[in-house]
Amino acid sequence: MLLIIKLFFSFIQVGLFSVGGGYAAIPLIQEQIVNVHHLMTMEEFTDLITIAEMTPGPISINSATFVGTRLSGIAGAVICTVGCILPSFIICLLLAYFYYKYRKFSGVQKVLAALRPAVVALIANAGFSILMLGLFEADKHSFQWDDLRVVELILFLSAFLILRKFKISAVQIIFGTGVIGTLSYILIFSIQNFFS
Amino acid sequence: MNQTEKSKGRLMWELFTATFTLSAFTFGGGFVIVSLMKKKFVEELKWFEEDEMLDITAIAQSSPGPIPINASVIIGYRMNGIIGSLVAILGTALPPMIIISIISVFYQQFRENQIIAIALKVMRAGVAAVIFDVVVNLAINVIRTKQFLYITLMCAAFIAAVVLDISAMLIIIFCLFVGIADLIIDMYKKDKEAH
Repeated sequence: MLLIIKLFFSFIQVGLFSVGGGYAAIPLIQEQIVNVHHLMTMEEFTDLITIAEMTPGPISINSATFVGTRLSGIAGAVICTVGCILPSFIICLLLAYFYYKYRKFSGVQKVLAALRPAVVALIANAGFSILMLGLFEADKHSFQWDDLRVVELILFLSAFLILRKFKISAVQIIFGTGVIGTLSYILIFSIQNFFS
Repeated sequence: MNQTEKSKGRLMWELFTATFTLSAFTFGGGFVIVSLMKKKFVEELKWFEEDEMLDITAIAQSSPGPIPINASVIIGYRMNGIIGSLVAILGTALPPMIIISIISVFYQQFRENQIIAIALKVMRAGVAAVIFDVVVNLAINVIRTKQFLYITLMCAAFIAAVVLDISAMLIIIFCLFVGIADLIIDMYKKDKEAH
């Protein structure tokens, strides 16, 4: 069987068995790409995870594209990505169908109402993790106050205040912090170089 | 092409551009894009209600596969059935595919470029600000229900996730059972009143 077709089925497995977000997919991808098909060394795979974390998008799609491109260009990228999306597509379509069919029922409403506060807390947890990463470059268990990055703290606080006060889109805010933050660091580095 | 088809076409284009731009700026895990989607689809476009978005999040989190893709399937389905789903998936999947394709060619340069590294790091501050903005709005609404059960669930889930590192999946399953128990108690009470 062609390797690309084998990979298509590998990524279907990744899509099907990675429950609970990006990090759950990493060991599955590693198993398929490094251990089963020997398409990457462990070192290359670690690089791939680093890049996937630095760039937007789900880790499984990033790796599917990366591995697929290597193997047979754009066609390979598309085949692997479709494989990793296919289980999501079928399962979520079914769930969406049932959700919109039954959600108006008062019983279903009552059960869903208990789930919503938990989802709010989970989103808060995600925000908290990314804030720790931004401010300390560490996770919530291993951060140290000495490592606090002042530029990021100012950026975070001003971005938050702007979001509360004005109607501004998320993309504008993220792009804005990217530009202003990078320029500030370039300025800081040039001043340091000037005096040293 | 008649009027409704035209507006449907425009709606699908809007769905595509919205998912495409959100996906292009989503750093971090699946809950990040969900807060961006909440801001875009509930607060800006007003396509659906806040509760609906939270339900979609719970379903997307509990299903296998990448959360952003799962959420896109459901949001797209809600807007225009299977076609809507495919449009939303395309919008969400294209940005990472394009970016990774380009990076896989300039792999070495990308890894060693200082400015790119700084830009990617500082953007986290902006992403965190967006999530906290969304969370404040959501939390205020939970508190406004003045329901002891829901406020307690929110605080308990927060402690469970942040302090105890309990997985999102387990927390959602636990709250699902609380919801079912709440429903049964409610039905039992109503039954008693009827007699």
